[in-house]
Amino acid sequence: MKYAILCYHDEAVTCAWSKEHDDAVMGRLAAVHGRIAASGKLGPVARLMPTTAATTVRNDREPSLVLDGPFAETKEQLLGFYVVDCDGLEEAIAFARDLGEANPGGAYEIRPIGLYKPGAVPG
Amino acid sequence: MTDEGWIGAVLAGARPQAVAVLLRWFRDLDRAEEAFQEACLRALRTWPLNGPPRDAAAWLVMVGRNAGLDRVRRQARERPLPPEEALSDLSDTETALVEGIDAADYRDDILRLLFICCHPSLGAAGQIALALRVVSGVPLPRIARAFLVSEAAMEQRITRAKRAVAAAAVPFETPGAVERSERLAAVAAMVYLLFNKGYTTDVATHGARAPLCAEAIRLARLLLRLFPAEPEIMALLALLLLQHARAPARFGADGGVVLLEAQDRTLWDGTMIAEGLALVEKAMRHRGPAPIRRRPPSRRCTRRPPKPPRPTGPGSSASTPPSSRCSPRPSSP
Repeated sequence: MKYAILCYHDEAVTCAWSKEHDDAVMGRLAAVHGRIAASGKLGPVARLMPTTAATTVRNDREPSLVLDGPFAETKEQLLGFYVVDCDGLEEAIAFARDLGEANPGGAYEIRPIGLYKPGAVPG
Repeated sequence: MTDEGWIGAVLAGARPQAVAVLLRWFRDLDRAEEAFQEACLRALRTWPLNGPPRDAAAWLVMVGRNAGLDRVRRQARERPLPPEEALSDLSDTETALVEGIDAADYRDDILRLLFICCHPSLGAAGQIALALRVVSGVPLPRIARAFLVSEAAMEQRITRAKRAVAAAAVPFETPGAVERSERLAAVAAMVYLLFNKGYTTDVATHGARAPLCAEAIRLARLLLRLFPAEPEIMALLALLLLQHARAPARFGADGGVVLLEAQDRTLWDGTMIAEGLALVEKAMRHRGPAPIRRRPPSRRCTRRPPKPPRPTGPGSSASTPPSSRCSPRPSSP
């Protein structure tokens, strides 16, 4: 089963990180990525820009409305995601735990993927 | 990560919100700062045991308010502090109160806090120093170093600035739309001043780390989160990111300035440039007239009687496309 692991954290906190702190977190995460990738279970990974760079298109009215900012004002924001191919939920939870150890705080939402197309966008 | 590490990051992230709300409650910068400091001390004691609260800023506000109120009462009548649990424990009634502090309240509170710090009576240096101390919580010695003055002189300068803004009496009511946009413009100018201070002095000594530049970028981000549809603030953040992206290449190994043409572009920070350009793109969408404003004037334009032909001289084009007459645009591409 493929899962999306969605990473949530308080942007006010992550944006307050110093460059060194950010680099340290990314370094620890890279080690975890390496481990998952070595098992051949790691799909695309994305780190999103802060929600201040977001634009939302609301299609619930005619004509659709283009708004500045994220879809929802929340205390924690979607900051990135992974696609992993796991044997089951337990393994996905174990991955999320490993990621959480490298990057404490925030939360990981694990969502089974219904439709998956790898696409052709190079990294 | 160590307890101090993650708690420090959470406290730094929550500071502007928490101090801003405490300022609204106590209506006094010093008292708000003291209350926040008290709340931070309690966080350092209880968070390692109980884990971080779900909403750190709200926790700090409640605990800071309790501690601050207690201090006020204590000043009136000496009596011992209630036990730790009573002060730091947020019962259900308080949770309801905490939930009541929503994003809209934070928005005007934080804007007021920033606006108080950039009051026109202060002058540029005073504005930057006060904002760094109160909003960002930068330690006094570091501010003094940035301004190349002694700690005592900087402490005096900040005390004077606090007295000046207290005398200026910025109103605490929710601001109207005009007032809000005036405050926003003043605050944006202050953030840019802060960045410039870092750009000229800080980068030479600290390179890309330049704490003042990083702080200005953080404040611009905070403003844009509060006012997500303000093209001026998008442009401000984009400007800071695009300028700061070049920081690693602006000074040579000997400390000498490297001009733009000679800079090693591989040293530029690609992530910052990408975010800056994304924000420029967003801000540009606001440049043209909005659909509602666009429609009536264009009809008026088409009904207007044709103008007499412009005198054609050498170099001037005889025909101007009608669309450019209807909606004047900035001449720059």
